[in-house]
Amino acid sequence: MSHVALQGITKRFKTVTALRNVSFDIRDGEFFVLLGPTGAGKTTTLRVIAGLEQQTEGHVLFDGQIIDDLPPAERDVAFVFQQYSLYPNMSVFDNLAFPLRSPLRRVPEDAIRQRVQHAADILRITHLLDRKTSNLSGGEMQRVSLGRAIVREPRIFLMDEPLSNLDAKLRESLRVELKHIQKTQHSTTLFVTHDQVEALTMADRIAVLNKGRITQVGTPTDIYDQPATTFVAQLVGVPRINLVPAHCEDGTLVVADSPLRLARPGSCDLPATFRLGVRPEHIIPSADGEFVGQLVLIEPLGVESILHIKVGGATLVCTVPGMTHYRLGDEVRFNIVRDRLHYFREDGTRIQV
Amino acid sequence: MATIELRQVEKKFGALHAVKPLDLTIKNGEFVVLLGPSGCGKTTTLRMISGLEAVSGGHIYLDGRDVTWLHPSERDIAFVFQFFALYPHMTVQDNIRFPLQAQGVAAAEAEKRVAEMVKMLRIEHLLKLRPGSLSGGDRQRVALARALVRRPAAFLMDEPLGALDADLRESMRAEIKRLHIANEATSVYVTHDQIEAMALGDRIVVMSAAEVQQVGTPAEVYHKPANLFVARFIGSPGMNLIKGRYADGVVHLPGEIRYQVPDSWRGTLAESLKDGEVILGFRPEAGLLSDNGTLTGRVYATDMQGAFTMLHLALGDETTLVDVRAERWVDYPLDALVRFDIDPESVRFFDPRTEKALRRGKAQ
Repeated sequence: MSHVALQGITKRFKTVTALRNVSFDIRDGEFFVLLGPTGAGKTTTLRVIAGLEQQTEGHVLFDGQIIDDLPPAERDVAFVFQQYSLYPNMSVFDNLAFPLRSPLRRVPEDAIRQRVQHAADILRITHLLDRKTSNLSGGEMQRVSLGRAIVREPRIFLMDEPLSNLDAKLRESLRVELKHIQKTQHSTTLFVTHDQVEALTMADRIAVLNKGRITQVGTPTDIYDQPATTFVAQLVGVPRINLVPAHCEDGTLVVADSPLRLARPGSCDLPATFRLGVRPEHIIPSADGEFVGQLVLIEPLGVESILHIKVGGATLVCTVPGMTHYRLGDEVRFNIVRDRLHYFREDGTRIQV
Repeated sequence: MATIELRQVEKKFGALHAVKPLDLTIKNGEFVVLLGPSGCGKTTTLRMISGLEAVSGGHIYLDGRDVTWLHPSERDIAFVFQFFALYPHMTVQDNIRFPLQAQGVAAAEAEKRVAEMVKMLRIEHLLKLRPGSLSGGDRQRVALARALVRRPAAFLMDEPLGALDADLRESMRAEIKRLHIANEATSVYVTHDQIEAMALGDRIVVMSAAEVQQVGTPAEVYHKPANLFVARFIGSPGMNLIKGRYADGVVHLPGEIRYQVPDSWRGTLAESLKDGEVILGFRPEAGLLSDNGTLTGRVYATDMQGAFTMLHLALGDETTLVDVRAERWVDYPLDALVRFDIDPESVRFFDPRTEKALRRGKAQ
């Protein structure tokens, strides 16, 4: 069993507060992702869990026990960093075995051999075991780094943007592999990233961190479908969600600066002015669409095309499958999927309807 | 306004080719993207067009005029780099006006052109500020304004969005395209990001290992990649590519899968493949889930990506993985058996020896 919990963690450095009252728990076997922009406090959170940084307030709990005073070496966590720190003159095997050969652990040599072999099998790097790490590609090196964490059989894996340094294609394939490994090994993992695709695709649950505070914790579906704030709504989803100012007039929802009028959602009190959120896939061009606008920009991406439609003074972005037959300047009729609209207060918080 | 022609342009460092002899005509008003991984020769090509890098061979023509050995300043070309080079001690307004003053444009005319440019890029409110107090995106807007205000015959951009955050990149990308539509300046744009290339380019020049792999519209490089490199590089994820063996109208794939080749392809496959070895390719969205599908895979991982779900399926053992794009609500447990077909219009075949795509009707 390994269950990790943070309770009211605040971390102050001399002049800045890096974390403010951060609480979440990572369940046994869970793939938990901490998502946020640069400077949000993600890495500080990892370092507090590892014991590399002492929190100013709050507690870290492992399996229900407060471990605030436990030194890093006794916390039994394994780090995987963005920069793989391997020993260039050692073979892959020796790099993998290294953490187990620590005098503190005293693992017998045949057990070491077994665990290294097991990790190499999982990561499919058995054929590289005799090679020097200096001869490996970036993807292979990152696999070895992962392997070095796996052999330790830690309580929890702490991964700090481990895929960020790889090129796009490698990142995609390693992402899928990492997820597969985590799901088959049930290893408790805290994965830090600023990349929303990594978060959505790999996480069992995501905690969104912004300026040292947790904004939302939920499954990828929760985060995408029910974003708690405009910050979260804009952080996940490519292309970005459309956010337009709106208000109500005689029971009708009016998008500011445009002729867009929608029926007001039933049984809810919207404030005088608010922000309306529409994901690009919920604007659906159709010959007999209810609304009309002018196509001002087309971005063909292959699998889909992004259309920018000008409606009065507002420009809405939507996606259509494949290469579009629309041409620049065309009048485009479209529908909006009503039950997938999002409403936010002026302060950015979600209005539940 | 300008037409740019490259005739057998190459760059060698000693015996090493940074760019192998290359022919390319960029039409007046066209937006051409040079796309490829780092080290493929795309930036060197751009620098040769600008004159910052001398060619080792070949000729460059601007509107029919041979500019191969002209100094960069004599070429009437503007350059924007990844890192915004703005004068920190000048206001935004002075930064944008500077190239016009250097050209000796009259003050009233310069004022008018600066005003037009800042309006187009929506930076009117920044005019009195200095670059140091601007965000990354605003700084890059100012850099674009400064390059464009000269009204150069051609506009060269080297990864201008490379240093920006993802969300800013998305909006700046749209802005650059809007700007191009408004100005119709002949543009050459270098990037390693295929999404940027697809979104922006009228045509894309895909480069790898100092060589042009394909020149085509976004639709062409996406749907009809010339070779395995382009098939993999374009798309996110790239095209599924599976090794198989062709015999009697069937491609035998890993996992004892028998793929019935569409009639329109049979002749080509029978003629082109010497020993039957073939690589079958299809885009993730061309994989169509169906209870009666003739292809089967086991779920290796599933990704909810917001608007859709990506299934990663293992064919046979786990060494052959394919990606199938499905509706958002689709979900399967690990190891579940999934059946699918390939949209017959979208299937592609490659010769594993030449790595080139087979073309229907003519054997290569």
